[in-house]
Amino acid sequence: MSRIIAPIILLLWVVLALFGPWLPLNPDIVNLQKILHTPASEAWLGYDDLGRPVWDRLVMGARTSFLVAIWVMLISLFIGTFIGTMSAYVGGKFDLVVVRVIDVFLAVPGILLAIALAGIMGPGIENVVFALSIVGWVGYARLARAQVLTLKHRDHVQAAIALGTRPLRIMLRHLIPLISAPLIVEATFGIAGAVIAEAGLSFLGLGVQPPEASWGSMIKDGTRYMLMAPHMVIAPGMAIMLVVLAVNLLGDRLRDVLDVRGRAREN
Amino acid sequence: MLNYLLSRFFSALIVILGVTCLVFFLIHLVPGDPVEMMLGESAQAADREALREALGLNLPVTTQLYNYLSGLLRLDLGTSLHYQRDIGEILAERIPATVELALSSLIVAIVIAFPLGAIAAVRKDTWWDDVAMGFSLVGVSIPNFWMGPILILVFSLWAGWFPVSGREGFASLVLPALTLGTAMAAILARMVRSTLLEVLNEDYIRTARAKGLNEFQVIKNHGMRNALLPVITLLGLQLGTLLGGAVITETVFSWPGVGQLTIDAIQRRDYPVVQACVLLISLSYVVVNVLTDVVYAAIDPRIRLGDESA
Repeated sequence: MSRIIAPIILLLWVVLALFGPWLPLNPDIVNLQKILHTPASEAWLGYDDLGRPVWDRLVMGARTSFLVAIWVMLISLFIGTFIGTMSAYVGGKFDLVVVRVIDVFLAVPGILLAIALAGIMGPGIENVVFALSIVGWVGYARLARAQVLTLKHRDHVQAAIALGTRPLRIMLRHLIPLISAPLIVEATFGIAGAVIAEAGLSFLGLGVQPPEASWGSMIKDGTRYMLMAPHMVIAPGMAIMLVVLAVNLLGDRLRDVLDVRGRAREN
Repeated sequence: MLNYLLSRFFSALIVILGVTCLVFFLIHLVPGDPVEMMLGESAQAADREALREALGLNLPVTTQLYNYLSGLLRLDLGTSLHYQRDIGEILAERIPATVELALSSLIVAIVIAFPLGAIAAVRKDTWWDDVAMGFSLVGVSIPNFWMGPILILVFSLWAGWFPVSGREGFASLVLPALTLGTAMAAILARMVRSTLLEVLNEDYIRTARAKGLNEFQVIKNHGMRNALLPVITLLGLQLGTLLGGAVITETVFSWPGVGQLTIDAIQRRDYPVVQACVLLISLSYVVVNVLTDVVYAAIDPRIRLGDESA
């Protein structure tokens, strides 16, 4: 079942997020008559504390969420893979330093570091992407390093070295393609993590600013009206859960299909 | 054993020094001027300079780092801008609440995860396994800043069983501990399952079965015991997630711990406090992991005698 449902849910959200601005939605229109109205036929998820339709805001929130998640994943994946591959390939003192730096980053709880960074830089979508990428690259770097360490003594790499191929080309042509499977799996889980982290920062008021919508800030706004309008909290939370669940299921599938074993998933 | 302890201790020291510098530099070098954030953009230049000087921000970064590190060695964490008090004192007031929350969440996580993971492993590829792992996957996918409000809605506002927030007595601990604990239980259950599955493939399990032990005894005495060690190490590694999650959970429940202090300090632009909180949480994570490794080595001779002492 989940094999079909998960991709469908994900695809649906992606389509909504992509085409949100061209859909007949009114996420920012304040309607004082509709404040905190519960779900009804004209707005199936009800209205928020300013009388804005919750569904419309949810769709705009999906844009924020995916935008941040994809940027964070791409930046972290790129930087992490580069540093990890280089560290393992070059080896020596450089590798020692990189390993220490990775250890240090792993010693700080990621979300805590991101919260502190976003708090210092001030709110805004770019700052959220920056904060989460600073935290995010470490996992990819460690993974890429471990993979390259096992690969770099293989014959085809040694042959390339003997032929005088430049190191950058060896990394790009002979190493990174071989480690892409575990990195892709890790990146999928990275997207799920970034969706939750972005919502978490927005929940704390450190993400995108109003009237911009984010699932996290929607939950935060909703907590003040939980008795009168529980839908304000339930709806965005369900959205996060469904998306993250779908992405996680996809990641599990990818791992099986690509046959990646022994994924380290701590923090 | 002594060699192992020394090397482990030494590398932990390096990590601790690194974390301290990392936190320091991130707070000082990240784009965004704390003085401007504190005073607002319309502040007078003279006021800015005065505050900059009071905070020591006019000094070169290396001097600031030196002052900060030498202060830390004297256990001087600096003074809070908001409270105008010694940060060490403020932290000392907040630490018990966070430790209480973290430990209770850990208990919640263990109580849920071990049976769940064990059932999933023993009944592998049956609907028991599917349900247990389904629960785990859903648990991983629910953020604690949603779990918290939902628990408040159902058990505080609708049922009226527990207080909405604060820290007064056992009842107020239940919902925060559940919020933080279930998230961890979800991850832990997966670990218990995979570790136990590996252990159950071992020869000694077949021997235990062959000598006629019933399945429960096999799992309990031979399976779980051996699966426990790796799980404990993984548990130590998960503590970072737990402590990070505690920051958000404490905010949801107005739980007066270090996490809530961190968020309050961020909102009040009280940077010395932010710095001290991040440092404290990270250091406790490092220390717990060293302790886990040491205990592990003490229990399992393969670690302390083996040549891979990493």
